Amino acid sequence: MVSLSETKIAVNNLNFYYGDFHALKNINLRVAKNKVTAFIGPSGCGKSTLLRTFNRMFELYPNQRATGAINLDGENLLATDTDIALIRAKVGMVFQKPTPFPMSIYDNVAFGIRLFEKLSKSELNDRIEWALTKSALWNEVKDKLYQSGDSLSGGQQQRLCIARGIAIKPDVLLLDEPCSALDPISTMKIEELINELKNDYTVAMVTHNMQQAARCSDYTAFMYLGELVEFGETKQIFDKPKIQRTEDYIRGKMG
Amino acid sequence: MKSNQNSRFYWRKCKNTLMLSLAYVAVIFGLFWLCWIIFTLVTRGIPALSPDLFLHETPAPNETGGLINAILGSLLMVAAGTLLGTPIGILAGTYLAEYGRYSRFAKVTRFLNDILLSAPSIIIGLFIYSIYVAQLNHFSGWAGAFALALLIIPIVVRTTDSMLNLVPNNLREAAVALGCPQWRVIVMICYRAAKSGILTGILLAVARIAGETAPLLFTALSNQFMSWDMNSPMANLPVVIYQYAASPFTDWNNLAWAGATLITLFVLCLNIATRVFFQPKQK
Repeated sequence: MVSLSETKIAVNNLNFYYGDFHALKNINLRVAKNKVTAFIGPSGCGKSTLLRTFNRMFELYPNQRATGAINLDGENLLATDTDIALIRAKVGMVFQKPTPFPMSIYDNVAFGIRLFEKLSKSELNDRIEWALTKSALWNEVKDKLYQSGDSLSGGQQQRLCIARGIAIKPDVLLLDEPCSALDPISTMKIEELINELKNDYTVAMVTHNMQQAARCSDYTAFMYLGELVEFGETKQIFDKPKIQRTEDYIRGKMG
Repeated sequence: MKSNQNSRFYWRKCKNTLMLSLAYVAVIFGLFWLCWIIFTLVTRGIPALSPDLFLHETPAPNETGGLINAILGSLLMVAAGTLLGTPIGILAGTYLAEYGRYSRFAKVTRFLNDILLSAPSIIIGLFIYSIYVAQLNHFSGWAGAFALALLIIPIVVRTTDSMLNLVPNNLREAAVALGCPQWRVIVMICYRAAKSGILTGILLAVARIAGETAPLLFTALSNQFMSWDMNSPMANLPVVIYQYAASPFTDWNNLAWAGATLITLFVLCLNIATRVFFQPKQK
């Protein structure tokens, strides 16, 4: 298991409710620092819900609430006095569908930076080039930075969203099925990116693609009906799952 | 089996033809009246258009004159009404769509706003008459502007609310996930994404109030002379049309036709401007 010193996010007795529906049941797990943790499980098992508690995204909607504790570097996100905006700046998120803002490619990446930092023009340019290079998009967009973000293809838009997320240099990056709308080539590029990103960031990703979890992640959590069934090193989960249900899912007998 | 399927297929085809013909008839019915109205307006109104309209004030009976005082009054009151009503409408619509989205208060407000939206404009005129005109004991341009503002508010509230509701939640979440405070999400992302829709709504609302007669009749009344003073009675095209069209004097009737044509052209220009500038560009 993940030792305390390697832990970035520690989830303790987390319960989550959509109104009366009990969506997450007593979740306990530790997300390791500078590693990729994958969440797998059939649709509706609560993987995305869990991911969305890590930046309290659920607060945007009424009747959604979480109990328990989520400790990010020892600070309980669910009970802290720290402004939620500061937490979200530390915990970046990329969504299933690409969501370019209605502005230029440049401004899309600059948007988050401008919220928290006052950079000179050249520093800002450098940071944007850095983020776009990291997300494997720079070569494709360097000549059209001032075109609308909507003009890019779906895969490029998704990489733009990743660039936007890493441009603010968060500690943690949450990826909610980042490749589900992408073609295999774009998927491959993003997987390479994830592999590279973990040197600097802690990555938590939800995926429906088990091969992707096996390829990209260091730790895997298998969830089913709102419960965390099994959590461990990816190699162990895929090669020797300890629990029958995990094995059934991974071998394609269930879900 | 096969023949059974064919008879069903023909029955379906017949139904399709029937409904399609009904739809065409409905279109032709609507277009017929519209064309008639425009035809009458053009044949009567275009000959009455002349530079004099913009040079002279409304005349006494059997004298020549123009409509400049009414044009000016209409422009002033529509502008003032729009400037007063639009910010309130946008802010209220923003509250409904962004902050109060799920609250009971917003639901009630939305419902009341819809009632206000369909309230007969004469009631708005009477309302301003009783709370403003009757208290001060004189008709005024401001009273007219207030009445027009009250008319434009519910339209702008409704448009802003629905346009902001069309902005996908994904976009809000993506901005919030970067640590963006809500007001900034609204200003930088939601307004930007809904911009063309909201502006279109405002322009169409302006077109709508430009032709309102009833509320002005009770508030601004009219004025034979040129006036920039919003505190005194003010001439305006709809009321002048109302007064002159029903008069026995041919000159006045012609001026009424010219006024009606001017308003129609103004509304047409607004509609065209809306299409040209704010329709989403084809990618």
